[in-house]
This record gives sequence, structure tokens and C-alpha cells, in this order.
Amino acid sequence: MSEVIVITSGKGGVGKTTTTANLGTGLAKLDKKVVMIDTDIGLRNLDVVMGLENRIVYNLVDVVEGNCRIKQALIKDKRYPNLFLLPSAQTRDKTSVSPEQMVKLIDELREEFDYILLDCPAGIEQGFKNAIAAADRALIVTTPEVSPVRDADRIIGLLEANEIHKIDLIVNRLRMDMVKRGDMMSIEDVVEILAIDLIGAVPDDDSIVISTNQGEPLVGDDSLAGQAYMNICRRVMGEKVEMLDLDVKEGFFKKLSKLFK
Amino acid sequence: MALLDFFKKKSSGSLAKDRLKLVLISDRANCSPEIMESIKNDIIKVISKYMEIDCEGLDIQITQTESDGANGSVPALCANIPILDMKHKKN
Repeated sequence: MSEVIVITSGKGGVGKTTTTANLGTGLAKLDKKVVMIDTDIGLRNLDVVMGLENRIVYNLVDVVEGNCRIKQALIKDKRYPNLFLLPSAQTRDKTSVSPEQMVKLIDELREEFDYILLDCPAGIEQGFKNAIAAADRALIVTTPEVSPVRDADRIIGLLEANEIHKIDLIVNRLRMDMVKRGDMMSIEDVVEILAIDLIGAVPDDDSIVISTNQGEPLVGDDSLAGQAYMNICRRVMGEKVEMLDLDVKEGFFKKLSKLFK
Repeated sequence: MALLDFFKKKSSGSLAKDRLKLVLISDRANCSPEIMESIKNDIIKVISKYMEIDCEGLDIQITQTESDGANGSVPALCANIPILDMKHKKN
């Protein structure tokens, strides 16, 4: 019973890789066996966000070309016994892998993992086609701005054309102060425009930058973003979790009471 | 018109939402500005056969409108064509 999830956005820089890292880590913390695959050939980054860049020996292209076995290329994250990373190749390009090869590779991984997360490259070309080829469902990451939402809409159309119908939305980098002022689209605005199910919203949080600097995903810690990501993980697993209140303006006592919840 | 909108001081969030709604309709309809321009020119050609219209004041755009059916709002082509004079009043 494994599920293959592609994390995609169309536009670059909206947080696909960060989301993949946090979901992978979060699901592993929830005792699921997870492999994250970086499909961004030529521009790999999931390894550094995970802090595993020094442990790469083989990569995705090596596996596909038969230079090594899958097991040899999988990096086991020492912090979580259930978490693995299949890194991308840095010195090759997207045409090094075909959608058929991806399907074959992922079918083999299905036997062993509960969740297979695919970090999709930006764009709608070959890399995108490779990433979605074997996916059962998709998570669309967008920020509440005009161009990423427009690109997300295009991606949704392409996913549906490729028979992927389970598509959920993550609204990333939300700034509640700006939403309140009316200077940023709200979660509801984005959901209304894209007309797909919302699976979570992540606030714009300094701690994301810090955690990326450290190479340690923050999912599950007590930062707002950490909680938001953990909630998304639970919803991915099918749990019903209430939406997090992202309004940061809270008094000392409210914070204190949250600690004891 | 865009300039007027600017001075109306609409909040930028709802401005973004409105712009997105419109751009997505033409994205989804696979309709580029060039196509819109040729539609506009063709409309001018056809209407001009029957009446004199103000080509400068002509404005066409794709907007959303409530459909009569149950399927909510649908895109609609709205043309605003100022008539200057009726031609050929059977002389």
C-alpha cells in the first residue's frame, strides 16, 4: 500500500524542495517508511536542504543507467531510521531519464516504501514529465502571488490531462499581516481561483531559512511553520486535522496555553 | 482604465485576485492577446457593414458571468461597442 506523491508548482522558488524535505521528514517521524526522490536533474538541491550532500555516491541517473543497484544509491538519513533520499545527478540534464524509466524505478520502490515523494523541477518540460509519470497524486505548492498561482493553474491542467486527479494545494509563504491589510491574497482567495482542495498553508517564517541553513527540516518543532508542515503530513495520511491559526499576533498567555495543549 | 484603477486605491490583494481571474480565463481558453486583437478587428469589420461604430471606444474582454445552468460562473466574451450612427436607413 504505497503512495507516490509528486510535489510540483510550475514556477521555481516557491518552496517545492523545502516542502518535500519537510513532508518526507514528517512522515518518517510519523513512523512511515519514506523515500524522497530529487527529480531535478542538473540542479539538485534536496540533498542540501536535507543536509545529506556529503553522503552522495550514486544518483538517480546512475540507477536508471544501471551503473548501480537502487539500494546503493539510496542515502539513509541517520536521524530517522525510515527516511531515505535518492539524489539527482548534478552534471547531467533532464533528457538522461525518460518517463518510462521513472515508472519502472518507482514500481520497484513501491514494494518497499509507504510513501515515495517526488521533488519536481520547475517548468513543464521533460523534467516535469519525468516527475509526474509515476505519481498517484500531486501536491501543488504556490505562494499567494499572481505568477505562481497562474503557473499552478497551468500545472493543474497538465496533471489532469495526465490522469492525475488527486491534487491538493499547499499555500506557502503566507504573511497574515499583509493579508489583513489587504495587500496579499488570502488562502481562501487562492483556493477559490484554483478550485482544488487545500491540504495546508505554511506561513512565511524566518525559521525556514534557519533550518535550511542548517540542513535540518523543521517539521514538527514548535515554530509555526514546523507545526503547519506536521499538520500537512497528517492530512496526507488521511487524518482530519484542523487548520492552524497562522495569525502570529498572540499574547504571552495564549502562547503559554498553547504549550500546555 | 488601468490608470483609473490605480487611483481608486483598490487593495493590492484583491487587485491581484481580479487580475488572476481574468488572465486564467484566457489561459484556460487558450486565448492569447493576439487572438483577442483579431477577434476585435473582425467584429469591427462585421458590425461596420450595418452601422457606424466608434472603433477607438470599442472594448472587448473575456469576463465571468453567471450561467443559466447550475454550473456557476462561466467565461463570457463582452463587447462594448459605441454606435455613432446607423448606416443605410433605406434611402
